[in-house]
Amino acid sequence: MIIAIIIGMSLATMIPRVIPAFIVDKLQFRDWINRWLNAIPFAALGALIFPGILTVVPDKPYIGLVGGIVAIALAYLGLNVILVVIGSIVTVFLFTM
Amino acid sequence: MGTNIAEKRKTSPSMQMVQRGMAVGFPIMLGYLPIALTYGVLAKQAGLTLTELTLMSVMVFAGASQFMGANMIAVGAGAFEIIVATFVLNFRHFVMSLSFMNHLRDIGRNWKVPLSLGLTDETFAVSALHTKEAKEEKGILFYTALILTAYIAWVLGSLLGGLLGEVIPEQLSQSMGIALYAMFIGLLVPSVKKELRVGLIAIIAMLINVICSQFMSEGWAIVLGTVLGGLSGVFLLKGEKETS
Repeated sequence: MIIAIIIGMSLATMIPRVIPAFIVDKLQFRDWINRWLNAIPFAALGALIFPGILTVVPDKPYIGLVGGIVAIALAYLGLNVILVVIGSIVTVFLFTM
Repeated sequence: MGTNIAEKRKTSPSMQMVQRGMAVGFPIMLGYLPIALTYGVLAKQAGLTLTELTLMSVMVFAGASQFMGANMIAVGAGAFEIIVATFVLNFRHFVMSLSFMNHLRDIGRNWKVPLSLGLTDETFAVSALHTKEAKEEKGILFYTALILTAYIAWVLGSLLGGLLGEVIPEQLSQSMGIALYAMFIGLLVPSVKKELRVGLIAIIAMLINVICSQFMSEGWAIVLGTVLGGLSGVFLLKGEKETS
């Protein structure tokens, strides 16, 4: 039974992922659709960051917020992504001591 | 890793692309490991065998829905219900895949299909902000290496979690929960510095997500935030600014 659930979950995940690989060759997008698709990564980043970041420590949303602000500051300084990640992990760690 | 130092001087374009892909995939790996370990522990507690929980990571490769699936199995939810919930939560990958595949038009379908299957929030975010590799020689290996780095971390992490239980102290694992958010921020900020309007698109998407999540499930709220937030790009982005 669990195997059937896993296969079903797999199909429910794979099909939406793979359909664009088949259809994109057949479609020529108008300019505005290209601009829309080019904006998708930035919109997705926004939607994935907030409000999800507030749940890092579920009962203390401000900790996620502070970690995020530290990440923004480090990224703004031009640090490599990996250092941004480590810096914010350390921040949250210190706040949860 | 670290085995190619001697080769580094005479690296072929292929090898170089693989190395670059692994380098940008590394933050994803760091973010995935603690989550995958936690998933492994939770899925074991939910009653999945080690084979089943690892198989789920191999076949589904989508963090949030695997947590949800394991939880729903634990409370005895029906298969249909679990599968529909998975579809809703992961439908955003359709939009992301469409955006990513639009950049890979020139690449054959034999590559597109496996790459699209490896698309998660994180592999998409990193790939989508590294678009210039798509036009370089052997660029496809860059995306393959990036996705495989993330995939291997996810599958091995799940297996280890199921095998060893909670190996990372709780406080550290909780702190590492910010890793992927920080990575998203680390990807977004440099783009915003270059082009402020990009930040506006992200903020619009955040607000739509916040508003929508009052009325609907997290999955749909993220889909709408992404789709409608992206629509603002039609007006905010200038044509042919960074692609095609």
